[in-house]
Amino acid sequence: MTGLPLRDRRLPPVDLLGTLAMALVITGGIYLASVMPGGGSLVPGVLLLCAATVVLAIAVVMLVRIPDFAWGPFRTVAFWGLLAYLVVAGMIAFAFILDGTRGQSLLLTLLMLLAFAAVVPLLLAFGVARYQEQ
Amino acid sequence: MRLLPVVAVVLAALVWAMVADHLWGLTFFHVAGGGLWTGIDLFVGFVVGPIIGRMSIPARMEFSSRFMPMMLLVMPTLVTVTLASGWQLARKVGTLSPYYPGHWWIVASFIVVGVMATIAIGILEPANLAVLFEMNKPQPDGVLIGRLMRRFTYTAGIMGVMQVATLIIMTRVATW
Repeated sequence: MTGLPLRDRRLPPVDLLGTLAMALVITGGIYLASVMPGGGSLVPGVLLLCAATVVLAIAVVMLVRIPDFAWGPFRTVAFWGLLAYLVVAGMIAFAFILDGTRGQSLLLTLLMLLAFAAVVPLLLAFGVARYQEQ
Repeated sequence: MRLLPVVAVVLAALVWAMVADHLWGLTFFHVAGGGLWTGIDLFVGFVVGPIIGRMSIPARMEFSSRFMPMMLLVMPTLVTVTLASGWQLARKVGTLSPYYPGHWWIVASFIVVGVMATIAIGILEPANLAVLFEMNKPQPDGVLIGRLMRRFTYTAGIMGVMQVATLIIMTRVATW
């Protein structure tokens, strides 16, 4: 199996799980943005973030267990992706802080943005590295 | 890389509009950013995409090598500008409040953006980057590039519907 070029191998569904984790974070974000101004419950948001973290952790474990993976291109794309999406997440966090979001709501929002900024580079880097030579 | 200073200037102007809580500035960024985002998405999905699909593989690669890097810079900037200014604007004019009678229109817009973000970041951007990396190789794999570019065709319909939904929601909110 490992003798084959990376692009011809059947890889674990890291991209699928990453997309699922991102969808969970985004759903949590939509929920928070919908109820937060009115002071609604944060519990669904916390549950969605926990689910996203678990799915993301499974994706990372699957990724690191791929033998002879193209880690060079993966690191390059992940680094630049992380940089770009930290700026995006930072802008969104800035908007929430400027609006006076504080306490548990702010903490949950920041953790969601952190999860978002972590999952996107993973998706981008895996999407590139899977077609590179190891 | 040459366009990065332009992006930095746009983001700095956005930060200024947000800090100053400037109604005109926020409206400008939201309307201009959103209009360009929607327009580019629909134009690329329904005009440029089908044309690329009918090109020969070398022509497609030539076009994509110039087009994709631009899109990788322009689209995330437009999305960030539109969403950040939109959030601030909604808070300022009161449409973010759950007591606003048309609150569910706003929630619907969040859902539409969520669907578009999931498709763009989970499916399209990784394909965009993979195509760019493939084209930088001494002998690019045309079949792989063609396969990756098909993702744009598959998702163009969903993105188109979402963008039309955005237009409907935003014009409804603006005239409530």
